[in-house]
Amino acid sequence: MHISTDIWTWVAVILTFGIFSFLWKDNPFYKFCEHLFVGVSVGYTIALTWYNSVYPDLITPLFRQGKPLYVIPFLLGLCYFFRFIPKASWLVRIPMGFVLGWASGVAIPAFFQTNVIKQIQGTLLSPALFARWDVFLWALISFIGVICSVLYFFFSREHKGALKVAAETGIVFLMIGFGASFGYTVMARMSLLIGRFQFLLRDWLGVIR
Amino acid sequence: MRRTLPLAICLIMGIVMMVQFFVPHPISVGFYDLTTKWIRIVSAFALVLGVGSLILYHIDRLQRKRPGWAYSIVTLIALVGTAITGLGWGVKPGAPLQEIIFKNILVPLNASMFAILAFYMASAAYRAFRARTKEAALLLIAAFLVMLGMVPVGAAIWGKLPDVAEWILSVPNMAAKRAILFGVALGAIATSLKVILGIERGWLGGGK
Repeated sequence: MHISTDIWTWVAVILTFGIFSFLWKDNPFYKFCEHLFVGVSVGYTIALTWYNSVYPDLITPLFRQGKPLYVIPFLLGLCYFFRFIPKASWLVRIPMGFVLGWASGVAIPAFFQTNVIKQIQGTLLSPALFARWDVFLWALISFIGVICSVLYFFFSREHKGALKVAAETGIVFLMIGFGASFGYTVMARMSLLIGRFQFLLRDWLGVIR
Repeated sequence: MRRTLPLAICLIMGIVMMVQFFVPHPISVGFYDLTTKWIRIVSAFALVLGVGSLILYHIDRLQRKRPGWAYSIVTLIALVGTAITGLGWGVKPGAPLQEIIFKNILVPLNASMFAILAFYMASAAYRAFRARTKEAALLLIAAFLVMLGMVPVGAAIWGKLPDVAEWILSVPNMAAKRAILFGVALGAIATSLKVILGIERGWLGGGK
C-alpha cells in the first residue's frame, strides 16, 4: 500500500468523495462540489470557445488577415446584446433567425439521408444476405421488427385485425430494444463507477496495480 | 419589419442550406464551410449571454443573501479562476488548464457525477422491472441478458452469453431503434420545415 503524496491526487479524491456523499443524502460537501463543477465547467467552456472558435474563426481572419466577410458573423453576434436595450431588443431575432434557418436547412437533408434513406437501405433484404442462412434469418427478423415497430406508431387506424397483430409484434421488439438500451446504459455507468474505484485504489491508495 | 426581417433571413438561410446539400460544386462546399464557421462565431456570442446570465444570477443570490449564497462564491471563483487560467496559459495539452484543472478537478467531478447514476438506475430498475406484464418481463429479460453478457462473469456462467447479448443489441434492438429513428427523423424534418416556412414562430418571442 503506497498512499499518494501528490496534492492534486488528494484534491481529486476529496472531490470524488464529495460527489459520492450524495448517496447518503444532500449535504454541504456535495453542494460545494456541485457548485465547483458548474463554475469549472463554464470556465473551461469559455477558454475552449475562445481558442477553438473565436480566435481562429473570427479574430484571425477579421483583424489579422483583413477578410471583410467576417464582419457579418461579428455583427450578427453583437446583435445578441441588443436584448439589454428594450427599444432595440427585436434585433436579437436576426442572429436567431440566421442560426435557426441555417440549422433547419442543414438538418432536413441530413436527417433524411442518415435516419431515413440509410436506415431503409440497412433494413432491406439484399441478395448478398442469402449466402448464409443465419445472416438471412437475422436480417429477416430485423426487417419484420422494423415494419412491425413502425406500424405500432401508426395511429391513423384503429389497431385491430392484422394491424393489431403487427402492432403487438412491434411492442415485443420495442420492449427488447428498450431493455437492451437500459442494460447498455447501466453498464456504461458501471464502467465509470469501476473507473472511479480504480482511481481510488490504484492512484490514491496504491493497493492495486 | 421587426418580425418579417428575421423570418425572411430564416427562410433564405433554410432554403439556401437545403439546396447547398445537393450541389457538390466547390463554391457550394466552400459556402457550407464558411457558414459553419459563422455559426460557431455567432454561437460564441450567445455563450457570452449565457455566462453573463449565470454570473448575474449568482451575484444576485449573494447580494440578497438567499439560502445557499455561500456556494455562489464557489461557483464564481471557480468560473473566473478556470477562465483566466485557460485564457492566460492556453488550452493545449500540457497547459495548466488541462494538466491541473481538467485532470484533477473536472474529470473526477464529471466521472463521479455520472458514476453515482449507476446506483440510482439500479434502484429505478428495481421499481420498474417488476415483471407485472408480459412486456415488462421482456424488457427485464433483455436488460438482464445484455448486462450479464457484457461482464466477464456472464461468459463464465455460459460461454455463449456475450454472443446472445451481441445478438440482442444488433438484431431486435436495432429493429426497434430504426423504427424510432424514422419517427425522430420525420419529426425533425417537419419541425425544421415549420421553422423555415415561418409556421413555427415561438423563437421570435413576445412583443412586436
